[in-house]
Amino acid sequence: MAQIILDRLVAEFTNGELEQIGSQHGNEWARVRRDSWVRVCQFLRDDSVTQLNMPIDLTAVDRVERDPRFDVVLHAYSVAKKHRVRLYAGVPEDDCMLDSVVGVWPGFDWFEREAYDMYGVRFRGHPDLRRILMYPEFVGHPLRKDYPKEKRQPLVRRSGIPGSPE
Amino acid sequence: MGLEIYNSTVQAAVNWARKFSLFQYPFVTACCGMEFMSTAAPKYDLARFGAEFPRFSPRQADLLIIVGTITERQAPALRRVYDQMCEPKWVVAFGVCASTGGFYQNYSTVPGADQIIPVDVYIPGCPPRPEQVLDGLILLQERIQRGEGHSQIVLKAEAGHDVPVAAIRPRNRALPASANFPSTGGPDRTEK
Repeated sequence: MAQIILDRLVAEFTNGELEQIGSQHGNEWARVRRDSWVRVCQFLRDDSVTQLNMPIDLTAVDRVERDPRFDVVLHAYSVAKKHRVRLYAGVPEDDCMLDSVVGVWPGFDWFEREAYDMYGVRFRGHPDLRRILMYPEFVGHPLRKDYPKEKRQPLVRRSGIPGSPE
Repeated sequence: MGLEIYNSTVQAAVNWARKFSLFQYPFVTACCGMEFMSTAAPKYDLARFGAEFPRFSPRQADLLIIVGTITERQAPALRRVYDQMCEPKWVVAFGVCASTGGFYQNYSTVPGADQIIPVDVYIPGCPPRPEQVLDGLILLQERIQRGEGHSQIVLKAEAGHDVPVAAIRPRNRALPASANFPSTGGPDRTEK
């Protein structure tokens, strides 16, 4: 569907910035080296062939036993060309950090905050990296696979009920 | 003796008046709200039971209807709304999410609004049908008439009266002598 995007990427980035590319069910994807993340995004937005001007989605995936542990997944769409692409970047647990693409697509501001809130991936250069869904008192990142499924961090509870701390 | 009879008669009259003039505050957070609107609208007509119009300030309300999922982040707001209401006040948990957390068993959802504030009537269903809601309202009215709402019991205890612990009993059924339920109700749920 949008092989042209991958062709442009392969032609432009020849120094190992692209770790892997592929196509599945008509959706093209590319795995990008972590330090080239913003450069690749910037190129895809500005290139006259790809023109990926619309941010669709950005989130993370926790693959627990794999190294690097997290994938940040980004979807972008071109309103003019009517094609889309999916980008991955691997983020290891001990240096859970990725460059922010808010400078490329400002619409990813809250998406990156959500990925930070739920998975603990920090985005370098984000203008306001706070939790977006959970409250500031919350400890940990609930969508990580090692977060206990039934762990609760209540802000208020009635006293004198079964299971209450008081 | 004469004073007691006078008191109980006046109380019965007051409770009778209260149960037909409920001022509801709908705390609507989720999809159950659609069903609540249907119940309040002319077809099912909650107003027939004296719960005429929703007040959008808790200070003007005495019936808190919790309609929808309560998240941990919302819990302080719900507690604050409840604390602002005039006494005596009653609480209805509308739908399974408000009653028990429903199918949300996770980091963000309060497992039942009764973890935050006392609840008088639980209406199960996802969402409950309007008939169930009306049935729950009638159940609440009967409880109000008997003076068995949670805040009624608390007020009575604060005034120095002897209050039975077993304040909740099935409708139209005599209380077994051995019953000793907790007065605030709700199934026993321990957090893991």
